Amino acid sequence: MLTVSDLHVSYGAINALSGVSFTIPQGAIVTLIGGNGAGKTTTLRTISGLLRPRRGSVTFRGEDITALPAHAIVARGLCHVPEGRMVFANLSVDENLAMGAYLLRDRERIARNREFVFGIFPRLKERLRQTAGTLSGGEQQMLAIGRALMGDPAFLMLDEPSLGIAPRLIATIFEKIVEINRTQGLTILLVEQNANLALEVSAGAYVLETGRVVMQGPSAQLRDDPQLRATYLGGGPVG
Amino acid sequence: MPRPLLLLLAALAVSIAISAASAHLDPYFLDVAMGVGIAIILAVSLNLVNGHTGQFSLGHAGFMAVGAYLSSAVTLFLGPSLLGADGGGPLGQGLLFAGALACGGACAACAGLLIGLPSLRLKGDYLALVTLGFGEIIRVIFQNVEALGGALGLIGMPPYTTFGWIYGCAALAVYTVACLVNSTYGRGFLATRDDEIAAEAVGLDTTRYKIVAFVTGAFFAGVAGGLFAHFKLAIDPRGFDFTRSIEIVVMVILGGMGRTAGVIAAAILLTLLPEILRPVAEYRMILYSLLLVVLMLLRPQGLFHRGAKGVRP
Repeated sequence: MLTVSDLHVSYGAINALSGVSFTIPQGAIVTLIGGNGAGKTTTLRTISGLLRPRRGSVTFRGEDITALPAHAIVARGLCHVPEGRMVFANLSVDENLAMGAYLLRDRERIARNREFVFGIFPRLKERLRQTAGTLSGGEQQMLAIGRALMGDPAFLMLDEPSLGIAPRLIATIFEKIVEINRTQGLTILLVEQNANLALEVSAGAYVLETGRVVMQGPSAQLRDDPQLRATYLGGGPVG
Repeated sequence: MPRPLLLLLAALAVSIAISAASAHLDPYFLDVAMGVGIAIILAVSLNLVNGHTGQFSLGHAGFMAVGAYLSSAVTLFLGPSLLGADGGGPLGQGLLFAGALACGGACAACAGLLIGLPSLRLKGDYLALVTLGFGEIIRVIFQNVEALGGALGLIGMPPYTTFGWIYGCAALAVYTVACLVNSTYGRGFLATRDDEIAAEAVGLDTTRYKIVAFVTGAFFAGVAGGLFAHFKLAIDPRGFDFTRSIEIVVMVILGGMGRTAGVIAAAILLTLLPEILRPVAEYRMILYSLLLVVLMLLRPQGLFHRGAKGVRP
């Protein structure tokens, strides 16, 4: 569904990505793992058109989207939930959700998506009129994901959904991510520092290190890889 | 009829009524009130850019200058031939003035587009510096165009500006900004301000929003400039330097970025303050500045800020 090939991105003189390539099949959850500065967020931002690559291409459903502006990429069904608490802090929860359906014109479809989002995150319905800046970290993350789902994406990119969130809420959010993938057939690219968690929910994984893919394979297999365990999974015994 | 439109019509009616009675009003009061009205237009239009859309512009006086000069050029150079030998009567003069204001506003909007396209790619202090620079460039251009009076400026504009014209335009500016910001489309301005990356990620073309805000703001600044020129009847480039821009920015910040009512209150307060302080003569500007400092310390979020964030009504 999405193919990234030979992506080179630099910030000024610093190379953030030097030749990243991967493919994500339709309906799968695939994860990108790696330490700080490995290039995970840069990869997502380049795919969604927020950054321009120096070389390489991004192909989505057979179409080259490398040079498209961000809003045109969203219009093609590829939605990015940025890292951190990127909600519109001064708008209400309701208005944030409405912004997510910004490109949809069909009112019925918007209403259906709202109900779907409330089904997944009932908490949002309770806080509908509250300004988003006053939500807890976990609630803001739910709102950011809910807002992305309002636009009916075919492909969802999540950047560090567990960042700065209470452990109990992390479990809930990851359950919901799996649920959305199963029930809606939504393809998901997940970027996560918490490699254990990411490998648990995903089918396949790519390991990034200083802007290169250094390891790839089915998640179950990577989980048992001794070298990977030593580097990212705390080095504990297999199990 | 929707409520905002009713309010607009009511405001227009009141402005025209007061205007009709202006011969019986104290000229000093009228003069100050008209100055306040122009300040309101400037502050509300800049608030769309700096407050609602979150793009810090420091070049508003430049757009005001474009409007002032271009509308004056219309009434001075085209007016006599358009109105004919009999002076055109009140209707002819009114139409000429409306045309001159529209022309001044449109030219300011074009200048806004020209400046906005390259500079709105920048953020924060970079954008502030670039708009400051452009504002000064506009001023220097007028200073060097001999046909528009050069450094001496233009004089002899017909006194077309009345209380009704000013407050009519102010009502129109408030109405336009309110309608833009409170619409579904307009939430995009607020989203752009709150988080540009998130706005891009949900599919907003943030560049377009910034340019729409910038051009609309410039348009009303141009109209305010036209009103100012036909009110003071003499303009020169020094009247539109960057201290003027700063004055307008102060109104927006003091009023509370993005709070239209607060910004109007600040425009009134800051225009009246120098008048109220007249008795203390030479200490006036010191006191004025001190009051500003105190106000900012007491209300750092602006006069009309919501205060603590929370549940919205």
